[in-house]
Amino acid sequence: MTQFVPLAEAIARHVPDGASIALEGFTHLIPFAAGHELIRQRRQHLHLIRMTPDLIYDQLIGVGAARRLTFSWGGNPGVGSLHRLRDAVERGWPRPLELDEHSHAGMAAAYRAGAARLPFGVLRGYIGNDLPAMNPNIRSIRCPYTSENLATVPALNPDVTILHAQRADRQGNIAIEGIVGAQREAALAATMLLVTVEEIVEQLPPAMNGLLLPHFVVGCVSHCPGGAWPSYAQGRYARDNDFYLRWDDISRDRGRFSEWISRHVLGTTDHHGFLESLRRAAT
Amino acid sequence: MNDYSRDEMMTIAAARMLWDGCVCFVGIGLPSAACNLARLTHAPRLVLIYESGTIGAQPTVLPLSIGDGELAETAACVVPLPEIFSDYLQAGRIDVGFLGAAQIDRHGNLNSTVIGPYSSPRTRLPGAGGAPEIAAHARQTFVVMKASPRSFVTALDFRTSGGYFPGRSDSGARGAGPTVVVTDVGILKPLAGDGELVLTATYPGIPAAEARAAIGWPLALAGEVETIAAPTALELETLRAVAARTAAAHCEPIKLPI
Repeated sequence: MTQFVPLAEAIARHVPDGASIALEGFTHLIPFAAGHELIRQRRQHLHLIRMTPDLIYDQLIGVGAARRLTFSWGGNPGVGSLHRLRDAVERGWPRPLELDEHSHAGMAAAYRAGAARLPFGVLRGYIGNDLPAMNPNIRSIRCPYTSENLATVPALNPDVTILHAQRADRQGNIAIEGIVGAQREAALAATMLLVTVEEIVEQLPPAMNGLLLPHFVVGCVSHCPGGAWPSYAQGRYARDNDFYLRWDDISRDRGRFSEWISRHVLGTTDHHGFLESLRRAAT
Repeated sequence: MNDYSRDEMMTIAAARMLWDGCVCFVGIGLPSAACNLARLTHAPRLVLIYESGTIGAQPTVLPLSIGDGELAETAACVVPLPEIFSDYLQAGRIDVGFLGAAQIDRHGNLNSTVIGPYSSPRTRLPGAGGAPEIAAHARQTFVVMKASPRSFVTALDFRTSGGYFPGRSDSGARGAGPTVVVTDVGILKPLAGDGELVLTATYPGIPAAEARAAIGWPLALAGEVETIAAPTALELETLRAVAARTAAAHCEPIKLPI
């Protein structure tokens, strides 16, 4: 049975220190509210998994919550660097970060394998690329039919995957519209799936070809309007591109970053309070 | 039309290389501007695929990120990202893939991972993203980069994406590799054989000597170095109109979702 609980309770129950967690959503529907709750509950030693770490993991890395990062592109989209990620990799601040680095195609194959409970993903990948020499997880196999050499990546099976979605119904079915990235694969690859949603409705219409995660794969649903900000929820609110630009300044300096986290994340009790504190700061 | 910037010339030169009906794997920034310029001028049936899963996107403003809502709203369809990489790119259905990077070498290999050693980098760059498999599997790739001796180097710090590495022909890469490198001082193409990049064209008012000075290896010239035609009024007007719409859209304040 899918549980309907507040986000803080879902995180407290299901995400222990040291867990491997995937907060997916490719530019769209990034579960920022859940990321902030992990910071509020001061989770430690996390293995963070995400194709594009984005601002959400820049924040978790910057507060020292992560020991390891599995990723495939670590920039601020359209803006430049993730300064907290860079500080951790280049200078070990606030603590060193192990990297398990892939390409998008490799990570997508790893999620697909995880969702299917296969031991590894296979692809024509990493050709002419130096990552296999640096990452022992990237290996190769000879095709038993054609003898072609193919790249392999171990399946990704996060302890917990967290998504944000537009709607859930009372049974716990989850409906997602717009860009889905690897949300479906990350959801089905996980041992436990937590979802924050903009809205809970009595019943969802038949999804046809739309993306629906059926209730029996969904562990917890938490009602969390605005939970993807500063990313976006198609049909609800737009991506706050201006905030992504401003993050470049906020995150560049350790002191300014820590002050922003203290004031807006640690200094608030939930996502509504977080958004309120930003609104007050803007006026 | 004499009054145009080098960035505009570079974008327009890249746009002209795309043909109507071409299926294009697009990146953010200049490639996105070039592809949309081509779509709005000589190639209305150009198919834009962004790695976020949007197929046939027709954005009216250029996206800041690879997954802006504008792309989904104007696309023919949106598919999961693993499908884009395995069933479209790896399956050989992309005509042209655009790539950029922090460093390129004379064989068209690219680095977007680190400056300095991998385990203790001086500068940690964003990393591979879709690039290694675009470089391998798009039928051909167009590289777009501003020229400077810091970025056009004799040896890469890290090879993220394979050009003609050496050894491309035996590597399992299905695509032809980088067939053109568009810079702000001219156009480089690979010589048959080992794939060394040579200067094949310059822009109006930019002598070959200036182009050579911007490249970190001793750049050879093709037998005949063409001069690319200056931008037309239509190209400049279209490009600037897109830029103006984009700037206006991106500075509209977003209301916090509370």
